[in-house]
Amino acid sequence: MFLILVLAGWISIYASTYDFDQASIFNYEERSGKQLLWIGLSIAIAFIILMLDSNIFDRFAYPLYGLIILLLIATIFLATDVKGSGSWLKLGGGINVQPAEFGKFATALALSKLIGGYQFQLNQLNNYLRVALIIGLPFIIIVLQRETGSALVYAAFTIMLYREGMSGLILFVGLYIATLFITSLKYGDTLNGITQVGDLLVYLIIVVVMILYLFTQTRKQVEGQRIAVSVLSLFIFCYLLSLLGIQINYAYVGLIAALSSLAYLIFLTLRESSKDFLAVIIITIGALLFSLSVDYVFSSILEPHQQTRIKVSLGMQDDPRGVGYNVNQSKIAIGSGGLTGKGFLNGTQTKLKYVPEQDTDFIFCTIGEEEGFLGSLFIVGMFLAFILRLIYLAERQRTVFSRVYGYCVVSIILFHLIINIGMVTGLTPVIGIPLPFFSYGGSSLWGFTILLFIFLRLDLARLERL
Amino acid sequence: MNIKHQFDSRRYYIAGASIVFALIFIARLFFLQVIDSDYKSFADNNAFLKKTIFPSRGLLYDRNGKLLVYNQPTYDIMVILREVQTFDTLDFCRTIHISKKRFIERIEEIKNRKKNPGYSSYTPQVFLNQLSMQEYGALQEKLYRFPGFFIQNRTLREYIYPMAAHLFGSMAEVNRKELENDEYYSQGDYIGRSGVEKFYEEQLRGSKGYEIMLRDAFGRIKGKYENGNFDVHPVAGSNLKLTIDAELQQYGEMLMTGKLGSIVAIEPSTGEILAIVSAPSYNPSALNGRQRGKNYGLLEKNPDKPLFDRPLMAAYPPGSTFKTAQALLMQQEGIISDQTYFPCAMGFPYGSHKLGCHAHPSPLDLVHSIENSCNAYYCYALRNMLENRKKYPNIQTAFDTWKDYMVKMGFGYKLGVDLPGEKRGLIPNSKFYNKIYGQKGWRAVTIISIAIGQGEVLATPIQICNLAATIANKGYYITPHVVKQIERRKLDIKYKTKNFTGIKTTYYDAIQQGMYLAVKSGTATAANIPNIDICGKTGTAQNPHGEDHSIFMAFAPYKNPKIAIAVYVENAGFGARFAAPIASLMIEKYLNKEVAPERKYKEIQLQNTVIKLSGIKNNQFMERIRLVDSSHVSNSGSGRVD
Repeated sequence: MFLILVLAGWISIYASTYDFDQASIFNYEERSGKQLLWIGLSIAIAFIILMLDSNIFDRFAYPLYGLIILLLIATIFLATDVKGSGSWLKLGGGINVQPAEFGKFATALALSKLIGGYQFQLNQLNNYLRVALIIGLPFIIIVLQRETGSALVYAAFTIMLYREGMSGLILFVGLYIATLFITSLKYGDTLNGITQVGDLLVYLIIVVVMILYLFTQTRKQVEGQRIAVSVLSLFIFCYLLSLLGIQINYAYVGLIAALSSLAYLIFLTLRESSKDFLAVIIITIGALLFSLSVDYVFSSILEPHQQTRIKVSLGMQDDPRGVGYNVNQSKIAIGSGGLTGKGFLNGTQTKLKYVPEQDTDFIFCTIGEEEGFLGSLFIVGMFLAFILRLIYLAERQRTVFSRVYGYCVVSIILFHLIINIGMVTGLTPVIGIPLPFFSYGGSSLWGFTILLFIFLRLDLARLERL
Repeated sequence: MNIKHQFDSRRYYIAGASIVFALIFIARLFFLQVIDSDYKSFADNNAFLKKTIFPSRGLLYDRNGKLLVYNQPTYDIMVILREVQTFDTLDFCRTIHISKKRFIERIEEIKNRKKNPGYSSYTPQVFLNQLSMQEYGALQEKLYRFPGFFIQNRTLREYIYPMAAHLFGSMAEVNRKELENDEYYSQGDYIGRSGVEKFYEEQLRGSKGYEIMLRDAFGRIKGKYENGNFDVHPVAGSNLKLTIDAELQQYGEMLMTGKLGSIVAIEPSTGEILAIVSAPSYNPSALNGRQRGKNYGLLEKNPDKPLFDRPLMAAYPPGSTFKTAQALLMQQEGIISDQTYFPCAMGFPYGSHKLGCHAHPSPLDLVHSIENSCNAYYCYALRNMLENRKKYPNIQTAFDTWKDYMVKMGFGYKLGVDLPGEKRGLIPNSKFYNKIYGQKGWRAVTIISIAIGQGEVLATPIQICNLAATIANKGYYITPHVVKQIERRKLDIKYKTKNFTGIKTTYYDAIQQGMYLAVKSGTATAANIPNIDICGKTGTAQNPHGEDHSIFMAFAPYKNPKIAIAVYVENAGFGARFAAPIASLMIEKYLNKEVAPERKYKEIQLQNTVIKLSGIKNNQFMERIRLVDSSHVSNSGSGRVD
């Protein structure tokens, strides 16, 4: 399966760099030729890994992690600037290495070692802190290399942590925050003159989440009903008022609803001195504070190019010649493929280099254009089968170490897939991360190969210990 | 172990989430690739540069196959602003003879999206059109020094004979509205704006071809797409064979020199227009090419309205020519017969008034009433019809019956000529008069002047010529038209269909005889030519602004008519004075191919006559027309003023 994906990727690179005067797929001067070399070497690496003793990974997890961290730190100072990112090390001979790609498996190993340790449980604060440290260290260093995209990949480890018992609350809070963030930014326009649509939606979401929480997580259905009914009647009352000609800013109504429901819950908590509402109160206060600070965070903390990327992705800015160019061209290329595609090497958009980075981050365009919907369907299906297979493999591991490692692999590959395919189809912001096994580049291919084959080696070890 | 297994079920959440994401992507891909077809056309626009190949426009021939209008190559300078780099502007301006100021102005104009809605810095824009051969040659040599500029070949209309400007029509660059209405056109294309060029635009233009070139993201041409297998070849426009006789048209224009008015000549049996002259005229090439704007302005300001297509657009009272139509319908309605006599003592008395007539024997029968153009005869007839309460319950019914006959004879509505801008004239109905006078407020004598073609009725020259054609045909006409054949296509069926006037053929005999006598011995002897039996009827259209307009309507030969003609000369007084001799010369020219030497003096006399125009001195008039295009002026004549 690995081989199929890699070979498909290789052919795609050939297709995407193919020019009208191109000689051969094996030409070393061209990227497809180079990629063949990387593939060869990565197969060699895979064999080496399979030859190694499985205990090595367990034993050398921390030293390896330390080594990579040092390498990453060194990169900050030694790196040459490639497209605004300082994550590449020049090795001479036109070969560049991106150490961040190798940080992933090292971090995965370190995490597995930590979590697989004796009696480790993800419910104590200091354990959380240790996990956070292992993930956070490379994350911060890579951000310092101005390679935010690769850094974000480390957020994927939360998927693994969730499997290993991290409270679903954290995942929920993460998604909640993301939803609030996007909603408050995306809907900048106003309703009936004065109502800020974004703000109104944010307050409504807060109230709805509050009510849903009361219904599902506690036994306080009665209170939930009361809040729901009174918020609803508040809005109906305001609507009736507006019919009488009074202009009403519904955003404020939403805010009043949220605040008064909150006050009601605090009052109940104090009166009954019950802890049932504590969590929901904290979440609501947090959400309110967050939504009020989103604008500040967005305009003051994020860098301009990140702001515009987010805006374009949310459809707030439409600038086909500017920032949105990549996404727009990528959508055009994929969209022009139709059901069956234009045929291998017959893509016009990718051949004529309309899509930037079409052999690396945007390689999916080539597939979409030349192989059409059926080809894309096949690739997405392959990846899905691959992920599900990895989950199955991870679950059959006998040691916590291997299982955690397996889930790290799942998390990283899943995250890459979601962001990469999402961005080329215009669903997620453009974050420069490659499509596993497809995108051109030795570092990324090797990074994924090592990541995967360590897991396969661990899986083999499962049989040895029988 | 218990704790470890506590979270086992979460694997299904993770697997489930993966599947959900995969499904979202598949749905998204399905939408992008299969459902939404917009992206496909975006892609085509992206990657393909459609290089337009303009088809050659259809040529115009006369009825005898003589070439009239053809195409001449011309060169436009195009510019892609994005590709322009610094260059020697002064050298560029000198080569194409424009000032630097004009150059800057022009670039501003191109960039202004209000004036140039299709602007994009990526696509070719017309910088300057219609270079001369010399400029083209000079620029071609230096073109490599001006990146972003290139030359596009187009064609321009050229005319063998500087005539029939209104008929041929002119071409102009498409305007914004035309661009929006018809996808065929793109910025900078030319479109027929008037005359045949406009009416037959679709047939003449053909269809554009394309060469599909592959273009990369930087706009560089990477070669032909699929070796040109998808290129579309241009299809040349259809050539048109006009019904016009070039000789006759030229001759007519020459005779109308220095006058205002029109000539329309039709072949009665086919409805084919043999000549259609609008005077004053201008050289058709004046409105094609770079000087169009300037010349158009001059023509528009000219008080003689040379742009006004008089044969189709000018509605005059038809005057006495209308009496023939009256005589026909009165017979058909049984009001009169060819044996009916009416008295005339210098006019038609009603109440204390009298509608005047000239001296002629009295009483007259129908044939001689036409010969002598007796006013009283037609007033009596119309009064008898409108006041006949046995036949018609009231005057309204009677009048609308009258109106219906007029409409059937081709008045009151557009005839449907294959030229743009035709006017319908005016034939009032009973409601029209009810409005003016009230239901009971009008009687036959109130409106009696329409019996002799004055008052409210209005008709265009082509309608009068068409009337002559119906008389020649004894009861029908074929819608007049100027195109005889369209290459590879069929002519509209309506130009082959007979329209019957609803009047019995035999009733035409008296009219024809009357018109014959009018030329031989009556009011129109000025049109008499030995050896050709011309039937004619004079007319005088009253003109409140000055001298009356001279009208003559005729057909010939009497037995087996080959040509029907109507001549209008504005401000020329009685119909026999100018219109009749012009018509007779036209008829002679058409039937005999040559005007007999003994009548050449007439020809020269007419040609050199300038009819005094209201408020304009003759030499000023000449001067104005000359301004249009000093090289070839169709309407200048020898300049002698009588």
